[in-house]
Amino acid sequence: MAEQKTLLKVDGIHVYYGSIHAIKGVSFEVNEGEIVTLIGANGAGKSTTLNTVAGLLKPRAGSISFEGRDITGMSASKVVSLGMALCPEGRRVFQQMTVKENLEMGGYSRQPQEIPASLENVFSRFPRLKEREKQIAGTLSGGEQQMLAMGRALMSKPKLLMLDEPSMGLAPILVEQIFDIVKELNEAGSTILLVEQNAQMALSVADRAYVLGTGRITISGNAAEVLADDRVRAAYLGG
Amino acid sequence: MVAFLRFLINGVSLGSVYAIIALGYTMVYGIAKMLNFAHGDVIMVGAYIAFCAMAYLSLPPVVAVLMAMVVCTALGVVIEGLAYRPLRQAASLAVLITAIGVSYFLQNGALLIWGANPKIFDSVFSVGSVRLFGGELTITSETLLTIAANIVIMIALTLFTGRTKLGKAMRAVSEDKGAAELMGINVNRTISLTFAIGSALAAVAGVLLCSAYPTLMPTTGSMPGIKAFTAAVFGGIGSIPGAMIGGILLGMIEILGKAYISTELGDALVFAVLIVVLLFKPAGLLGKPVREKV
Repeated sequence: MAEQKTLLKVDGIHVYYGSIHAIKGVSFEVNEGEIVTLIGANGAGKSTTLNTVAGLLKPRAGSISFEGRDITGMSASKVVSLGMALCPEGRRVFQQMTVKENLEMGGYSRQPQEIPASLENVFSRFPRLKEREKQIAGTLSGGEQQMLAMGRALMSKPKLLMLDEPSMGLAPILVEQIFDIVKELNEAGSTILLVEQNAQMALSVADRAYVLGTGRITISGNAAEVLADDRVRAAYLGG
Repeated sequence: MVAFLRFLINGVSLGSVYAIIALGYTMVYGIAKMLNFAHGDVIMVGAYIAFCAMAYLSLPPVVAVLMAMVVCTALGVVIEGLAYRPLRQAASLAVLITAIGVSYFLQNGALLIWGANPKIFDSVFSVGSVRLFGGELTITSETLLTIAANIVIMIALTLFTGRTKLGKAMRAVSEDKGAAELMGINVNRTISLTFAIGSALAAVAGVLLCSAYPTLMPTTGSMPGIKAFTAAVFGGIGSIPGAMIGGILLGMIEILGKAYISTELGDALVFAVLIVVLLFKPAGLLGKPVREKV
């Protein structure tokens, strides 16, 4: 594999919720063009890590850089304009706004004249959203809301797309569909950082993986290696 | 019959003032999830500024109103930045008590600057009045302009929140601050903007109120403030059309109640209606039932 450009570099971050030490020195990298997955049990700190990278939480120690630029402690609203978008856990679409308005909000950081082209782009990837353009987002099904959340994140034209538990609460057939879309997006040039509880699925699409156990990276490597790791099989893949 | 019509129109006019004030309560509640009990006192400051501009600086009424709006906008943004922003993560009770503190601060500040003696507010309108039914029914220009102002504000706010990028961002923030932040929306700035709009409307309400009821004192804002808050709850707090409907209904109930039932009980009647409505519709007329996030 040729030497890749590092897009995101997280170096020894420590994150606290009040007095609870949630993340204890996590380091990892995401290179341009990769799908990197962060797996681990419930409560291991996967979402906390993503939220910190996205700027919703501030690390007490350690650093985060994006394209070589230090973004540690930068607010989430600024991070977006640098080219990072987080599709948050539980989708969090704006329930009382229409599908189109949700997508427009996704493009908030961009110039107004760029929005129509991005909308077309999202609609061509998610034709279902086009059909429901004027519908209130709260009335969409779970799968549609996940598509909307992903489409909304894509509206900012991110260099790095972070997905937090995109398969959560979806029927198996939809889970597969969502992972197909993740692969397609990656093939179309997006770099993806994927957090998943569904380790099997995540490892099957990812290039590299990090396993998070109670606030620390315990195992890392190529997705295939991690998938074959006995400790991972025992802990996360049911045998 | 003519008398009833007169009471009805006066009710709608008073209700329009309540509605404009209630918008400030409801927008701030919608976005910051807090009850800004100092909102009523911003009305009073707005009325004093307009009064001073006309009485001491001899400025034309339109300029006086604009000046009041500018001062109140700044005041609203400063109050939010100094008093409420540091408490963004604090318990809601702490924010509520702070708001009451700000309210007393503004009232006593006004007492210090303008004194306890009531000022007689000159109406900002001098257009005369409309006579109907051969002079039996007189509608003053204050009444008509108040209703017109209310309609214009309602349309403008609906367009703002429905059509503009900033207005949509405001709705996004009121639904989910974290998700809005992830979109690149600056949440603090959006909350400031909401206070700015609410306070500018409070200035308008202050001028309209004092044009109809010309006695201006440091406590002038508190009763209308409480009634407008009632109107906001009545209509469904957080809902813009709810504030409008709640305000107008409240004004009508108050005036008709005073006219036909009892002058002394007019205010009590207003609150009695609120209690009855909340018994049957706890979220208010247009309010959405609160969903607890799990």
